[in-house]
Amino acid sequence: MNYYEIIFYVFAVLTVVSAGVVVFSRNIIYSAFALLFTFTGVAGIYVLLNADFIAITQLLIYVGGIMILLIFGVMLTTNVTNVEITTQTLKALPATIVVAIVSALLVSTMVSTKWAVKDPISVESTTINQIGELLLTKYLLPFEIASIVLLIAMMGAAFLARKN
Amino acid sequence: MPNFQIGLTHFLVISSLLFGLGLFAVVTRRNAIMILMGIELILNAANINFIAFNKYGQLGVDGQVISIFVIILAAAEAVIALAIVLNIYNNFKTVNADEIDNLKE
Repeated sequence: MNYYEIIFYVFAVLTVVSAGVVVFSRNIIYSAFALLFTFTGVAGIYVLLNADFIAITQLLIYVGGIMILLIFGVMLTTNVTNVEITTQTLKALPATIVVAIVSALLVSTMVSTKWAVKDPISVESTTINQIGELLLTKYLLPFEIASIVLLIAMMGAAFLARKN
Repeated sequence: MPNFQIGLTHFLVISSLLFGLGLFAVVTRRNAIMILMGIELILNAANINFIAFNKYGQLGVDGQVISIFVIILAAAEAVIALAIVLNIYNNFKTVNADEIDNLKE
């Protein structure tokens, strides 16, 4: 085992185990904080996939932004001082069966399919240059639409969340 | 595993597991914020797929650009959804998805 494999398995276990804690924990606060580790593990996986810019973006937006929002949401909508912060599950048994079948199908498909794999040796030092070029040429229209979407989301959230 | 060396399949398996866990959270949890967390897990699984195919497949850097758009939409979705959830909490005093079943109090 070389270092790449060891680091990969560390991040893989971190991601999947903390995602399991997110899903199966009874306490929603524990779930929120386990989600933090899941996002960090996913960022590490992005680094292993030569996506340094996406990893940084993941850390900034997910860990720094969405996590804080989710924790705010948890604390504003649950009575933290009281005991009622556990969340119940609905129809756990049929959901478990269906989700297990879906996951097993997905995993077996992923493992058994012969993917058209190219040689992954060509490692660029960074992909930021290419990403910026693509964003301003091929993906210019989605890029501009994304800015409008973010503006509308901000206005809509401010409008929805204020009192009266 | 067909081969022991870390390859495309390893990353795809991780993303499948994340997708399954996120789907489980979305389907079974009553708390609306837990449902949101499940959706975030599903989006992360999709992103891992995009970036894995960017490295190993024939997708090129386009995969990373698409995952940036996914992250943007996830942020916008989380903001709007949390605003809606806070409004629901103000009106119904609960965020359990199965108790919110009327349009007007």
